[in-house]
Parts: sequence; structure tokens; C-alpha cells
Amino acid sequence: MRHKKAGRQFGRDTSSRRAMLRNLTANLITHERIETTDAKAKELRRVAERLITKATRLGKVAYTAQSELSAADKARRLHAERLVSSYVPRFGVKADGTKVDVVEKVMLDLSKRFEGRPGGYTRIIKLGNRRGDNAPMVYIEFIDAAPVTDKQAPEEPAAAVTAEPTTAASASAETASTASSGETASNE
Amino acid sequence: MAVPKRKTTPSKRDMRRANHDKVTPVQVVACPNCGEAALPHRACGACGFYKGRKAKAVKATTA
Ligand SMILES: [Zn+2]
Repeated sequence: MRHKKAGRQFGRDTSSRRAMLRNLTANLITHERIETTDAKAKELRRVAERLITKATRLGKVAYTAQSELSAADKARRLHAERLVSSYVPRFGVKADGTKVDVVEKVMLDLSKRFEGRPGGYTRIIKLGNRRGDNAPMVYIEFIDAAPVTDKQAPEEPAAAVTAEPTTAASASAETASTASSGETASNE
Repeated sequence: MAVPKRKTTPSKRDMRRANHDKVTPVQVVACPNCGEAALPHRACGACGFYKGRKAKAVKATTA
């Protein structure tokens, strides 16, 4: 019986489950908003928020310069940073190709953004069920993440109709590339 | 082996099916932003709004 055993198993062994959750955590921190299944998002919430809390508990110590910290505060910071970096992969890549230092973002950025907040750093928005396996899909995002922007409409639609077949083909290829580089990153 | 003595009448069969085998209609609400039918507690599939703010990216319609 699984009485009082919290947490979902996802039909995986511990190693696979841990790998999945650490990747989801790194993706959430990198992209600020990710699309995933409802069950994975709910599990991710536990993991990611506990991780961020390690940084927010430090208060100002998390994001002040090393030179202004006392020896004791430096040690506290280093300890928290090592706890964070022991869980998440160090780097993530955003949709525009920029590299994000995940550990640094937790320690310097998220700690400041969520300072004084007693947990609840993320929000889950239900989107409906996935085609294929009918899995309920959600967005999970940081509560202060940038608002969602619509995918761009194809530029000059009137010109594309009257243009030569060759230019029309290149224009549609251009549209396809802009549509795929949406604001939000998709995840399993 | 226990075996039914009588054929189940259409009435008994339908009474059995009337309760736990029934199909319930999908609950839909009108989206407060665009008026389209949307599932409750979910971002609107047509305009992507939820709780009065943009929640889901949708393909912008060409004018
Ligand atoms: Zn709507």
C-alpha cells in the first residue's frame, strides 16, 4: 500500500524520475514558463520551489557581492549554492540561443525576485488535453514571468498572394520558421 | 456454476445502464474574453485568456 507515501512515481525507477525532474527544473528556471503534463507540473512544483527556497532563505546574502559579505555569510552562501548545483545541471539554453547559468540565476536573480515570499513561486495554468494520449497539459510558470505573447501572424499576407510562386514558397518557409520559434518552450 | 435463470429483460438492462454507465455531457462555459465555448478552469482554446489575462499563446489570425 502506498498510504502516506507522497509523490508520483511516473512508472520510472528512481534514477529516471530524478533525471526527469532535474531536467524539468532546469528548463523551468531557464525558460520561466514551460508546457508539460499536469502531473509532471505538480511534481515539479515541489522540487523546484524547494530548490529556490534554499536561495531565498539567505535573503540579501544570496545576491550581495562576495566582497561585502562576512566570512560566515560567505560560507552560508557557498553551502546553499552547492546544494542547488548538486541538483540542477549548470547551464540551460533559451529559445533565442543564449546560455543561462541555472545555478547563478537561482542564487542571484530568483532569490531577489522571491525574497520574503513564503513559497508559491510558480503558477500552473491548465490548457486542455493533449492530442494523442489525452493527457491534461499545463503551463507551469514563475508567478512574475513575462506575459505570454501571441505567435506572430505572417507578414504582408496580401503581398504573398500576388507574388510569384517562387517568392511565395520562400515566404511560407519564413513563416514556418517564425511560428516554430514561439515564446514558450515545449517540454515533454 | 451459477448461471442466470432468465434472460435479462430490456427494461432491467436499461435500468442498469441508466446510472453508472451513462455518458455525461462535457461542461462548457462561454469565455469571458471572446465568448467562445471553453472548458472551465482552463485557458481558452480560442483566445488563450484565463482569469482576465493572456495565459496561452495562440496563432494570431490574419486580417
Ligand atoms: Zn476566449
